[in-house]
Amino acid sequence: MPATFTRHQVETERKDPGFGGKPPLDRRPTGGGGGDDNWDSRPSGRRGPRELLIRYRLGVFSGLAGDFVFFAVLVSAFFVRQTAGHIDASENYVSDWHPLWMPPILWINTAILLLSSLTMEMARRQLFHEIDIMEEWLGLGRPAVRRAAPWLLATILLGALFLAGQWIAWQQLAQQGLFFSTNPNSHFFYLVTGTHGFHLLLGLLALLGALVAMFRLKRVELRQIAIDCTAWYWHAMGLFWIFIFALLTIQ
Amino acid sequence: MSLHSPTPPESRSFLRRRIFTTDHRALAVLYLLLGLAAVTLGTLLSLAMRIHRVWPEFAFPFYGVPRPEDYLALVTMHGTLMIFFVLTVVPQSAFPNLVLPAQIGADRMAFPRLNAAAFWITAASLLILLAAFFAPQGAPISGWTSYPPLSALAAAGPGQGAGMDLWLVSIALFCIASVAASLNFLVTIVSGRCTGMTWTRLPLTVWSWLVSSALTILAFSVLLAAAALLLTDRHWGTSFFLPAGEVVNGIALRPGSGSPMLWLHLFWFFGHPEVYISILPGMGLATSILANFTRRPVPAYRLMVAATLLIGVLGLGVWGHHIFVTGMNPYAGTAFGLTTMAIAVPSSAEVLTWLVMALRDRPQPVTPMLFILGFISFFIAGGLTGPILAQPALDSYLHNTFFVVAHFHLVMAMAGVFSVFAGIYYWYPLLTGRRMNEKLGHAHFWISLIAAYGTFFPMHFAGLAGEPRHYAQLSGPVTSFPSLIPVERGITFSALLLAAAQILFLVNLVWSARRGAPAGANPWRATTLEWAPFRHPIVVGEPYAYRGGNKPDFLPQWQEARPRPDLRSSVTGNFPHDRGAKEC
Repeated sequence: MPATFTRHQVETERKDPGFGGKPPLDRRPTGGGGGDDNWDSRPSGRRGPRELLIRYRLGVFSGLAGDFVFFAVLVSAFFVRQTAGHIDASENYVSDWHPLWMPPILWINTAILLLSSLTMEMARRQLFHEIDIMEEWLGLGRPAVRRAAPWLLATILLGALFLAGQWIAWQQLAQQGLFFSTNPNSHFFYLVTGTHGFHLLLGLLALLGALVAMFRLKRVELRQIAIDCTAWYWHAMGLFWIFIFALLTIQ
Repeated sequence: MSLHSPTPPESRSFLRRRIFTTDHRALAVLYLLLGLAAVTLGTLLSLAMRIHRVWPEFAFPFYGVPRPEDYLALVTMHGTLMIFFVLTVVPQSAFPNLVLPAQIGADRMAFPRLNAAAFWITAASLLILLAAFFAPQGAPISGWTSYPPLSALAAAGPGQGAGMDLWLVSIALFCIASVAASLNFLVTIVSGRCTGMTWTRLPLTVWSWLVSSALTILAFSVLLAAAALLLTDRHWGTSFFLPAGEVVNGIALRPGSGSPMLWLHLFWFFGHPEVYISILPGMGLATSILANFTRRPVPAYRLMVAATLLIGVLGLGVWGHHIFVTGMNPYAGTAFGLTTMAIAVPSSAEVLTWLVMALRDRPQPVTPMLFILGFISFFIAGGLTGPILAQPALDSYLHNTFFVVAHFHLVMAMAGVFSVFAGIYYWYPLLTGRRMNEKLGHAHFWISLIAAYGTFFPMHFAGLAGEPRHYAQLSGPVTSFPSLIPVERGITFSALLLAAAQILFLVNLVWSARRGAPAGANPWRATTLEWAPFRHPIVVGEPYAYRGGNKPDFLPQWQEARPRPDLRSSVTGNFPHDRGAKEC
């Protein structure tokens, strides 16, 4: 069957974590057509759905590695800027780095983003349930899509809520008189939250795209890929945010 | 041409087939043309520099006598064009598009559309860079490294306004394109290998592209972030790179305690891996070509793979040797000196293996082989000055002299370009079905080799004599180095000869496309998969099974896979790109 799935615990005695990532334990070297229908001897790109899924995942993860380095550079700039004082003529250490007031709403935003990761993961797992996927593949309706759609919608809402929350945090900072150009720390705060927000905005577009794609794509495995890759991107952005938030709070 | 292309190309219009295409081989041709345009312009810029250095009063037609800032603009644009649009684009984008899928037995790239998008972003990036020439005050003057605060302030000099902005935007786009292209190559190598193509059967070129693609993703992301930070410094009033209390051109800087050192570290964290990104593919190609034309296997395949990987890893930790003289902590200088000498170990392992391969038998003197021998010669000649410059004490004298110019032009520029020539002569039959003319090729090689040494080797002596780099002229009202002027003249004549020799190459390129000797399916009697005479091979052996003198002379890696029903029409065809745009 050209679709990737994980078995539910009810369906099998085996301990399957259900992440969709592990190969089924009984993976045989055939494409299911019997005889010498061996997917492994096909040209690359035609070795069944799992190959395609893994390929797209690998692409997303490689891109995220580059993205992570991008954020790491911003953070290194933060550290360098934080410690970059100088000693003036009268031997005083002069630093223009001022601690930043952190809007408390960021805690709520963080919780919302974590929650959205949870709903995203729920949506992703719906796409890998064996029975649902089997039905989708056989053309008996779209139970997996139907079950994933509400979770995906919830993720979109929570993501939008997070961005709105970030906007409010910016407004609150502005009311305190802390603008982008106020001091080095505020440069950094706006820059890094802005960059992260931009990434989330792209993520929201990807989520909307995945939502549409779930209903539009004719092939089960492509629907799975659309959701799966968006989910890993979304999780990574959650992780990046925790990293950034910890940095901003602990400074 | 149509051997490996996924869909019958005849059914599409010329534009769809060659220009707006996702076919990797058509993209390779586009990349090569882009590289050719960039290298032509970059060479002309360097000739303008050379002429201005020895005949400062020479008035260029349509322009006049270059001003000092024009000279710096030439330095900047020459470096940027050559490093990014020639030495990155050709080995790391054009060549993988040309042969990478074929060498691993894949029909196509993992992400063909991303791959095509990467090309078009690169093309846009080149156009934006060239637009800097026409910016209000001309092209930027802060060199291809764009050190702040010079690069952070529009007031710092002519060209540092709009020209510098265009430069930054161009480089940022280039970073995005390179990361996208490399991501595609990386995933293609990991997931696209055909049946039997295990990791230890990969040609060494593919290993090189694996490492250089990983380096590209990491290094270019850093440069992208650095460029973004510099843009905010320039336009949004931040001061990441702006030091406190500096005055540039009589204008006091904004108050800030930023650090230009931060840019240096970020830039060279990109800049040093960049050297390996452009040279590693050449190194892999050198091993392949040496095995091919000595008809002997690679003596230490696993050692070569390990050396390639080690160069990739160590290459991420040596960036500090570019900035010994910038006020970096001297202890850090010692550490970077040590890592730099450490990276000489795997590099030497590769070089010694090449020497063993080249010397143990009589190599066939075909043009690709000659260019690879030239590559090795430059790599050694330029590489030997590497450990000298890796000493902070020696570097503090040599750093701002022509010694460094000689070093990197030999080890990176000439070695890189010669490996590119070798690749073009070697793979030309894949594109045209014909071989390039050998006589013209030999003439091209020998003149280029002698002229390249004539151009760059004397720079060592000029550098040791203290001749500074980045100076527009040595003569004039105040002559600083009159005794060096004859050497400078010789260098300029040699550079002109070097450039003129490339006309032979261009003639050969065009002439052979129509009139060259027909190549047949496997003109070099090579073992690697790009020469397989059919689609969908399976791999049955190691990559370099040459048997020097025994019969048969070589065992190709490939075997024809069992004939199959046409997968394109079958229900289980899984590649989304096959099945029409609507479904994807």
